[in-house]
Amino acid sequence: MTTRAAQPRPEGVNWSVLLQRFGLALVYAALAVGLSLLSDRFLTVSNQVNIFRQATINGIVAVGMTLVILTAGIDLSVGSILALSAVITADLLKQGLPVPLGILLALGIGALMGMVNGLMITRGNIPPFIATLGMLTVGRGLTLMYTQGKPFTGLPDAFRFIGTASLGPVPMPIVVAVIVFVLAAIVLNRTRFGEYVYLIGDNPVAARLAGVNTRQMIVLVYMISGVCAALAGLILIARLDSAQPVIGAGYEFNAIAAVVVGGTSFSGGEGGLLGTLLGTILIETLNNGLNLLNVSPLWEQVVKGVVIALALLFYKAINPTRK
Amino acid sequence: MTPSRLQLEHIVKSFPGVLAVQDVSLEAYPGEILALAGENGAGKSTLMNILSGSFPADSGKIWLDGVEVNITSPRRAQELGIAMIHQELALIPQMTVAQNIFLGREPRLAAGLLVDTKKMVIQAQALIDQLGLDFPVTALISDLSIAQRQMVEIAKAISFQSRVIILDEPTSALSERESDILFALMRSLREQGVTLIYISHRMEEIFNLSDRVAVMRDGQLVGVTPTKDLTIQTVVQMMVGRELKDFFPKKQAEIGDVILDARELRSGKRVRDVSFSLRRGEIVGLAGLVGSGRTEVARILFGADPLDHGEIKLAGRIVHLHSPEEAIRLGIGLVTEDRKAQGLFLGQSVRSNASVLLFEKLAQLGFILYSKVDAWMRGAVTQLTIRTPNLEQKVRNLSGGNQQKVIIARWLAVNPQVLILDEPTRGIDVASKAEIHTLMSELAAKGMAILMISSELPEILGVSDRILVMREGRLMAEFSRAEASQDRIMQAATGQLAAG
Ligand SMILES: Nc1ncnc2c1ncn2[C@@H]1O[C@H](COP(=O)(O)OP(=O)(O)OP(=O)(O)O)[C@@H](O)[C@H]1O
Ligand SMILES: [Mg+2]
Repeated sequence: MTTRAAQPRPEGVNWSVLLQRFGLALVYAALAVGLSLLSDRFLTVSNQVNIFRQATINGIVAVGMTLVILTAGIDLSVGSILALSAVITADLLKQGLPVPLGILLALGIGALMGMVNGLMITRGNIPPFIATLGMLTVGRGLTLMYTQGKPFTGLPDAFRFIGTASLGPVPMPIVVAVIVFVLAAIVLNRTRFGEYVYLIGDNPVAARLAGVNTRQMIVLVYMISGVCAALAGLILIARLDSAQPVIGAGYEFNAIAAVVVGGTSFSGGEGGLLGTLLGTILIETLNNGLNLLNVSPLWEQVVKGVVIALALLFYKAINPTRK
Repeated sequence: MTPSRLQLEHIVKSFPGVLAVQDVSLEAYPGEILALAGENGAGKSTLMNILSGSFPADSGKIWLDGVEVNITSPRRAQELGIAMIHQELALIPQMTVAQNIFLGREPRLAAGLLVDTKKMVIQAQALIDQLGLDFPVTALISDLSIAQRQMVEIAKAISFQSRVIILDEPTSALSERESDILFALMRSLREQGVTLIYISHRMEEIFNLSDRVAVMRDGQLVGVTPTKDLTIQTVVQMMVGRELKDFFPKKQAEIGDVILDARELRSGKRVRDVSFSLRRGEIVGLAGLVGSGRTEVARILFGADPLDHGEIKLAGRIVHLHSPEEAIRLGIGLVTEDRKAQGLFLGQSVRSNASVLLFEKLAQLGFILYSKVDAWMRGAVTQLTIRTPNLEQKVRNLSGGNQQKVIIARWLAVNPQVLILDEPTRGIDVASKAEIHTLMSELAAKGMAILMISSELPEILGVSDRILVMREGRLMAEFSRAEASQDRIMQAATGQLAAG
């Protein structure tokens, strides 16, 4: 038998692939240039470090959200998971729980809540939107009950280092976020689990028929999302030195925005963490710019909404096969 | 000579990494059926997609009834009277038959805003009746079989009063009876002066039906010849560029012990008390009409559907299959009939699609050993002549036949003890088909038991050691290779023969 390679394409550039790959970076560059012209504070080192530090919280939540959306799911409960794990941990740390145990406890709560999400979806056949919406409400309710509406402040210094310390010039939150992104990227691109995430998102029926344990994988994905949210919560309370009952409210929106602007498709199986990273930075830069330019916070929501809609239109335009 | 209906001139189309259509010029006339043949990936669908407005050509001109036309979209093509029935069906599953037929041009009530559902249903029913079909137009597409969906597509094309109707492998999912209805319809459309362009890998059909045959190879048009001047051999030779002798090569393998024994399988109304066994080294053909329960039997044996009653023994041990995952662990494989819905990950790479089953084996601590995967992949691509510019190519961008080969490759990777193939060569060109049949013989010779479901009787007769026939959920007959004939199988499948 002979092999006939397909005819190579003679010449020409594939613009849509190029645009898809570098479009986001271009938009970021344009935004950065624009902002540096409009405000002389934008390009200062301290402001840039500030942007990245701000971006870490959302970035870490968005890592988990990327996995979830890649399976064609959604996790609306990240803000509530963050809150519940944060307040319980803050309380126990104040009562003298050793810091390493406190960290493990928070991550454990995140994993557990994620697991409940995953089980509702895979065993209860509840659509992810509904299941995690339920968890959003329940999680927030439990948080309010646990705190009785009062914040926990004054956390041990040994704990606060993950929010306030620096590794050389780099703030600790950024170090943690980079580690999370790198680890997640390795898992997503190099492991069986990562492959399965894409396959399940692309075609869950075919994935099952190819022997993938789709239920188990989906539960795992929501657990990871929960752990990411809890980790982000730890960094947040360490930095603020306080765990408020309303902490993390609305964070699902920012995370979903970062993922979608980063090019991961709601219909699953398409996208990845590099896009999410850029999406996070883009959104935070936008936030920062609107602040520097003294735009009213009310407008911020509008601007962000418009940016997301534009991103979706853009991806649709360059890739019509996208659902 | 009559003036041409359709004239393509110097059509060129390339995709990233692939020159799919190279400088093709072709004419078609009113009242003719022009067959378009060629190997998988030769560029047939691409050429016809250009004609029906799915995407533009890079260069070239198209004339319709003497007027140069610019076909910018599928809608424009419809307005010009060019309809195409795609290889992969494009109906909306959640809508009814009538809604699909009249999508975007529903008859309106006087006010113009509301859809005149009554009128739409009546008009749709008239079309369906005209085609001799027997399902209600108020049925949801998702409740229809693939064959019935196909017929809805055809009804839709006819409803446009099209001058040119293109059918891309319309019979690959149809039973013989349904195909016959389609052919009668095509002939009557030809009488009415419609130009039909017909892509198929089935030579008998091409010869029964067409007036001329156009053959493509590697994106180029090799020739257009009146069918009466051709033989199957010459067409195949034009397609592959060399001579091909044996269409259903059969090597007899040593037949061993029973590996799979199914007793009184029952599941709903689709499978009723089906018992049979498979032996190592044996290829068993499972024949029957579309909807006779063959696919359901396959799904039960693969753990994809639950069993109401009965037992399955694998190598003498009773097994309870709760999921495909378990079946695969035990060495059972299934190539599903509907590759798009149940087989492929359309947006993922050729590599991921073909090696999904290998990830379990070729991984260390969960990390996939991609160099090993790729080494295997390159072998599989060569063995099955999968045409792809590289392993990263999205499967969506492969031609239909090549997509099918990717799925077959998937199962070669794990070498199961029992391999069930549900319509395995659907959409595969003659040369590759012979190669896949050879491959099946080789796998059997190594001790694999193969159960092949096929609606193509020549294929069943050509490769099977033993043939089972199902009708309405029951096993109606069993023939040895020597006993079997098309007539006897059809009789058992349609119920014109007493059971036995
Ligand atoms: N959208 C696309 N993007 C990239 N390559 C494509 C695309 N569509 C088709 N191709 C490539 O163009 C070539 C011709 O494909 P085409 O679908 O026309 O083949 P075909 O003759 O219809 O084959 P088959 O008999 O298997 O259906 C193939 O190599 C295919 O991989
Ligand atoms: Mg094709």
